[in-house]
Amino acid sequence: MIEFLQQLINGVAQGAIYALIAIGYTMVFGVLRFINFAHGDVYMLGAFAGFYTAPGILKIFGGGPSYAGAAAVLLTAMVICAGIGVLIERICYRPLREHPRLTVLITAIGVSLLLGSGGQYVFGADPKAFPEIIADAAIELPTSWGSFSTLTITIGQVLVVGCTLVLLFVLKTVVLHTKTGLAMRALSLNPTAASLMGVNLDAILSFTFAIGSAMAGAAGVLTSIQQPSIDPLMGVSAGLKAFVAAVLGGIGNIPGAALGGLLIGLLETLVVGYVNPTYRDPLVFAVLILVLLFRPSGLLGKPEREKV
Amino acid sequence: MSARILDIRNLSVSYGAIRALHGISLHIPTGRIVTLVGANGAGKSTILRTISGILKPTSGQILFRDQNLVGLPPHKIVALGIAHAPEGRMIFSNLTVLENLRMGAYRRTCKKELAAGLDQVFGLFPRLAERSRQEGGTLSGGEQQMLAIARALMSRPDCLLLDEPSLGIAPILVRTIFEKIVEINRELGLSILLVEQNANLALGISHHAYVLETGRVSLEGAPATLRENPAVRAAYLGG
Repeated sequence: MIEFLQQLINGVAQGAIYALIAIGYTMVFGVLRFINFAHGDVYMLGAFAGFYTAPGILKIFGGGPSYAGAAAVLLTAMVICAGIGVLIERICYRPLREHPRLTVLITAIGVSLLLGSGGQYVFGADPKAFPEIIADAAIELPTSWGSFSTLTITIGQVLVVGCTLVLLFVLKTVVLHTKTGLAMRALSLNPTAASLMGVNLDAILSFTFAIGSAMAGAAGVLTSIQQPSIDPLMGVSAGLKAFVAAVLGGIGNIPGAALGGLLIGLLETLVVGYVNPTYRDPLVFAVLILVLLFRPSGLLGKPEREKV
Repeated sequence: MSARILDIRNLSVSYGAIRALHGISLHIPTGRIVTLVGANGAGKSTILRTISGILKPTSGQILFRDQNLVGLPPHKIVALGIAHAPEGRMIFSNLTVLENLRMGAYRRTCKKELAAGLDQVFGLFPRLAERSRQEGGTLSGGEQQMLAIARALMSRPDCLLLDEPSLGIAPILVRTIFEKIVEINRELGLSILLVEQNANLALGISHHAYVLETGRVSLEGAPATLRENPAVRAAYLGG
């Protein structure tokens, strides 16, 4: 029982990371109907943005690890990644707006390879140790909790889940309660009609890439707090799994992406804990195949109706 | 103030290698309803889509109060005061009626104007007020058409482009919608360019009409005159 609870806690923390990345896939799919395969690499760049800016930022906040410093590192990485996302859309995807989606999809794969290999060239291919931006440790649980007090919950895990919840809440507010969010939803339903209402499509697309990429950047830093070894290809596997999460939840559906991320994180952790660590990746991708076979619109997605 | 709110000169549009419009010229006098009559594929919707900036013409001019619209993106054209209720209605099906109307007022930032706009369209189409919390996709065809027109009005335009407002709608609602179109023209003073398959109905409410054939204006004149024209009667008015 305790063992199972422990696995769930670890799974939720891992799932939060996938959820943050999956949201970017799903948002971009919502407005442009293509999978931005370079998104996993933006997550990697988020980790590296944290890696390079953390020492300087921590110095401002007194040198050692601190919450304020960690928050500043997180925000910096998010801003940098938002900028990178906007640039990727502007330079690589916007000129292809009128072209078939397959062209854009292949371009996205190209951008992903460019960022991954470019990262190896610029940062070096060896894994790097992410600086300690907060003092991560297990939280002492009160002994009055009985056998529950033997659970291990780390500060990093709490932060990851907490930050994810905050970011999801901010995102929900933006999408559901602001004019820009309304325009995003309108654009995803019918771009032509949205432009006839006076929506500047380019501006909304840039905004969408900025938000999605900022989320991925946050995921990059939050992962590195828990697993402080980063390398330029770390985005490949995490990106693909988050993509599976987005499909599982229903591609184009934001709550679905969050749910899918959580489920994939749990699945991974439970497989490692109870089955065999070797099966972790194959099972995640088996989920992709099963979803596409039996419920292609995902858990929360609505089946696309043919337009009359 | 120009007597012509919209003046189209020598407009040509192509879809790839296929030419859809061959040097069309037409205009809307300020405050009037002008109808484009023609068979499927004559280029009626193409004209509207080009005016609102969705399509780029290969040559020609579209003057709106003496400003050339050619080359402007759709969102700038809306801001100038032209609203387009497109063919097929293009309601945002997963947004509520109210959200659809908010989208119509996207370029309007003033809260008071938004409220005034809502009052106006709910006065015009009380049915929409009753259904304001419903998703657009759950409305009937006729209600969706009302929503499409109301949404276009929310931008407070001076010129309204209406594409096939009677398409796929119960006959009883078609009458209501056409009465509203007349009301919008008379009470709100909007100039209207109407594209309509139901030529009889359209000619009945307009001040001037153009007949389009394969991308060219073949006839134009007062609706009463066109109605007497044997060719028009045979082709568009069912003999």
